[in-house]
Amino acid sequence: MTSAVLDQDTRAVGRGRPGVRSTLTPGASLGLGIAMTWFSLLVLIPLAAIVATAGQNGWQGYVDTLTNPQTWAAIKLTVGQSLLVTGVNVVMGTMIAWVLVRDRFWGKRLLDLMIDIPFAMPTIVAGLVLLGVYGPDSPLGINVSNTRTSVTLALAFVTLPFIVRTVQPVLAELDADVEEAAASLGAGRLAVLRRIVLPSIIPAVTAGAALSFARAISEYGSLVLLSGSLPFHTEAVSVRVFSFIEGGDRTSAAALATIMLGVALAVIIALDVIQRRVARRG
Amino acid sequence: MTRRIRPLALAAAALAIPVALTGCAASSGASGDDNQLSIVGFSVMKNANEPVISAFQKTDAGKDVSFTTSYGASGDQARAVIGGLHADEVHLSLEPDMTKVVEADLVDPGWKDNATKGILTDSVVVFLVRKGNPLGIKSWDDLVKPDVKVITPSPESSGSAKWNILAAWAHAAHAPGGNDAKAKDFVTKLLHNTIAMPGSAADAMASFLAGNGDVLVAYENDSIAARASGEDVDYVVPDDTLLIQNPAAVTTDASPAAQDFLDFQLGKEGQTLYAEAGFRPVLDGVEADVPGAEDPSDPFPTVKHLYTVDQDFGGWSKADLEFFGDDTGIITKIISGLNIGS
Repeated sequence: MTSAVLDQDTRAVGRGRPGVRSTLTPGASLGLGIAMTWFSLLVLIPLAAIVATAGQNGWQGYVDTLTNPQTWAAIKLTVGQSLLVTGVNVVMGTMIAWVLVRDRFWGKRLLDLMIDIPFAMPTIVAGLVLLGVYGPDSPLGINVSNTRTSVTLALAFVTLPFIVRTVQPVLAELDADVEEAAASLGAGRLAVLRRIVLPSIIPAVTAGAALSFARAISEYGSLVLLSGSLPFHTEAVSVRVFSFIEGGDRTSAAALATIMLGVALAVIIALDVIQRRVARRG
Repeated sequence: MTRRIRPLALAAAALAIPVALTGCAASSGASGDDNQLSIVGFSVMKNANEPVISAFQKTDAGKDVSFTTSYGASGDQARAVIGGLHADEVHLSLEPDMTKVVEADLVDPGWKDNATKGILTDSVVVFLVRKGNPLGIKSWDDLVKPDVKVITPSPESSGSAKWNILAAWAHAAHAPGGNDAKAKDFVTKLLHNTIAMPGSAADAMASFLAGNGDVLVAYENDSIAARASGEDVDYVVPDDTLLIQNPAAVTTDASPAAQDFLDFQLGKEGQTLYAEAGFRPVLDGVEADVPGAEDPSDPFPTVKHLYTVDQDFGGWSKADLEFFGDDTGIITKIISGLNIGS
């Protein structure tokens, strides 16, 4: 899952113009060499090891893992909830970023700081806090523990900052003059939003969405206390992987992890395609 | 895009990788000196071991011995020791975890050859309920009544959950008039009443104490510890339940003080201290004051029908495969067939 995140980052920096001659100086080459070494040691080699472990039982291993109804239910739950939460984040995250950049209000700086708290908190603590507020003893009278809603809630909590933080700087850079000019030329608010604001922030939104999705499908800590991990109902993939490891079945754990890597990659590519389409049309 | 620089990058990688790997290799495998004992135990032993260690350090055998400790989920601890974590004594929640350590040649195969057959602490499976037991839970049969919300850790990831499920099985299979078909039916019903299967006993306890569920199937010692720390809960020892036996052993390369410590733990003083923490003594004639016990005058009530894994399930190596095997285990299959909510 980490690879998905890093994938996204490198892609944003080195977005390809294939065939363009490298302009790297020797110093920069050394920098790239060190970067690649570091990346290999941290990510590529361990990932290769996971894929190799998963491959110990050949394709049959993957088929067995996928056809186990309990595992399949966990994959459906995790991917479905992650897509749902990413969709919610696209709307809510963009809205929060908008409010933080464009509006002035009391407590704005504080809100801006607090957005990152889901990043900073150990997710098991997040799970405990959510259980306190939205569990059986909820002071708000809302009890979602051990239901699918709890999975949505936990994932939404831990992925909230991604889109806010990717969209915010882009919105801040966006020149308000252009919007004013468009308005003075007779464009309505919706047209300004659709023709000027959205095309500028779409790459940031999709980048944030990819991060958010990748984070969501790998989430573990906040789910363990809140979701109840009931097989076929609220058991997420990460919990299933944990069960495989605790049960001594590393091959199945690695196979399931590899499958989820594939899912993450597919969604990130899909988001990239969408973003390019939208950018071209804009 | 970067054909020109690849050789340099490769050179850097080629240099860095061996250096890094050598670094890793050099840092592990160092073992402590004779007077330093490394205890690797399962989670709940953390609090229970502290008084035992300090009492041991007051004896002649233990006066110069210092301790390092590591506590975590039993299966994780076994894997850590196999993976190179230095240990003089391992204390795990169930025998299959110890078997893994034995198979890695880190504990002598004869570890069970002592008076307690390798067992250091005992407990039983009980029901933790809300204060005053509002649902009047008394026996296993009360757990499968409609609308009773049960929590047990997941037997797929938690050793303690295996004890729980085998206790439920034993109730339906080995009580008078019971059989395997009834037991299958009973465990299925129990799992249908289960609203959460957290990954470990600690997570299950946290979920229950946060207000989830009516009954937590738990260790007696965990229940006593929860009450001793002031939680608003009661526990019920059913008339028939399973004896939980936690094995401990010194490792093959342990310093001599490790055996002294294990002997102390197994002796009257050690067992009294463990009893105070809520464990049933493995020796006869141990008297202890047990804070948190449901009935302080009789902290460990005699169970009318006490099942054991050895007598009722033919030992752990048989039971583990028969009930919890990857695809073929009876319980694994029941869970796969639950299909709750889909």
